[in-house]
Amino acid sequence: MKELKLMKGNEAIAEAAIRAGADAYFGYPITPQSEILEYLMAEKPHERTGMVVLQAESEIAAINMVYGGAACGRKVITSSSSPGISLKQEGLSYIAGSELPCVVVNVVRGGPGLGTIQPAQSDYFQAVKGGGHGDYRLIVLAPQSVQEMADFVDLGFELAFKYRNPLMILTDGALGQMMEKVWLQEQKPRMKTFPEWATTGKTPDRERNIITSLDLDSAEQEKFNMKIQEKYRKMEAEEVRFETTDTEDAEYLLVAYGTSARICQKSVRLARDKGIKAGLLRPVTLFPFPKKILSELAGKVRGILTVEMSTGQMVEDVRLAVEGKVQVEHYGRMGGIIPSPEDIVDALGKNFLK
Amino acid sequence: MTEEIIIAGFGGQGVLSMGKILAYSGIMQDQEVSWMPSYGPEMRGGTANVTVILSDEPISSPIINRFDTAIILNQQSMDKFEGSVKAGGLLLYDGNGITRHPERKDIRVYRVDAAEEAAKMESARIFNMIVLGGFLKVKPLVKIENVRKGIAESLPERHHGLIPLNEKAVLRGMEIVKQVFEPETK
Repeated sequence: MKELKLMKGNEAIAEAAIRAGADAYFGYPITPQSEILEYLMAEKPHERTGMVVLQAESEIAAINMVYGGAACGRKVITSSSSPGISLKQEGLSYIAGSELPCVVVNVVRGGPGLGTIQPAQSDYFQAVKGGGHGDYRLIVLAPQSVQEMADFVDLGFELAFKYRNPLMILTDGALGQMMEKVWLQEQKPRMKTFPEWATTGKTPDRERNIITSLDLDSAEQEKFNMKIQEKYRKMEAEEVRFETTDTEDAEYLLVAYGTSARICQKSVRLARDKGIKAGLLRPVTLFPFPKKILSELAGKVRGILTVEMSTGQMVEDVRLAVEGKVQVEHYGRMGGIIPSPEDIVDALGKNFLK
Repeated sequence: MTEEIIIAGFGGQGVLSMGKILAYSGIMQDQEVSWMPSYGPEMRGGTANVTVILSDEPISSPIINRFDTAIILNQQSMDKFEGSVKAGGLLLYDGNGITRHPERKDIRVYRVDAAEEAAKMESARIFNMIVLGGFLKVKPLVKIENVRKGIAESLPERHHGLIPLNEKAVLRGMEIVKQVFEPETK
């Protein structure tokens, strides 16, 4: 049965993982996402669905447990925050190179280095450009509410399995820590049958399944690279998700994702109260990036302002999509500072309404 | 209707749980709610605050810096948030430990001496519910039966024996809250 709760974003992710029928969570605590592991430990999902929850000895161990679980065709999930996600990059590259599905949650905190535990969006490049070594991409979903924190776990598994590719939910400490109403989906049963590629034990009627990211034959390795690139092009064609607010008559366009997009919704209203026709484009998938709609909107507006809690990372993808059709500027705060709706309206004014 | 509230005080005063009960009470009457804490390396005795929004519409930004209501429970929070109340808005405070009282003349100012009252009721833990009662007297945003449900949803079941005491504290807060200043309405 669907159920209404008041939950923190982190808790919603944890509960959603159980209800999505996940087989296992492997993780290591780090603020501001420790509630995910804490909630799962307290909830004892092994008693509800048989789901395994394990605190590994490190982030590196956790991602390699994910690698193992995914190789067996299981629904596996891990979560961490920025420094911990950096540690997981080698594993993520191997998982992408082995074409395995999994869900990875990054509850971003301010960086670089150990940084701060306050929210930031400074891991955008790492998330959407691959993150680890080699030519690969993650599918990246950016929730903006506690409801989406929950919904994107199930959606994440669906897409990860559809493409045999690791998927990241890129969120931040603000969404992780804040509470909102959330409708939780009904419990899905855990899978009983597994994909044909999974290493579930060879049966006499088929060849061995081999999971590896190693191919020393360069020609074969190139062929593999072209194959996964084709997969990414298919994602770009079929999986782009975005939302628009008041773009129909907008003269100025804000582009923001996640927490920043929520704040920008209010900025749009404040700007319109002042007579500035603002609109908002919110990418929901950061990879694949909503290039087409941006290109269309770029032809209609006088200026675009990206709002990110970083020095400006997504702004580069926006500029690539816009191809110089219109001026694109960036406004951001860093190190755990969250811009206010009024700050964003001021930035819009300073950049375009001098 | 949208009400944007900041509750600010010391860690350990029940600031976050008061916000949670208010948010749950809103849910009980089908409102949209958000609860955004100042999380950080904070501990008992440090500062703590939470932004709670109750609305009949979907909530845009859960992060705001102008408020319809500020509920202020220590001097640092008074210094930080008095200026953030929207003109015509409400500032409710507990006078305990306040050395510089609110000075603005464009907002409504009310006082609820909850710390003193909690001491009289011999339970420091219901301090925050006395404050909540004071607030709901001035701005009856949620019905008292929904507050009761909100308390029940927020408290773990093993503490449900405390619901009547909490409810009593809310009602007491409604009795003791007093007006300090009301701007003239034109």
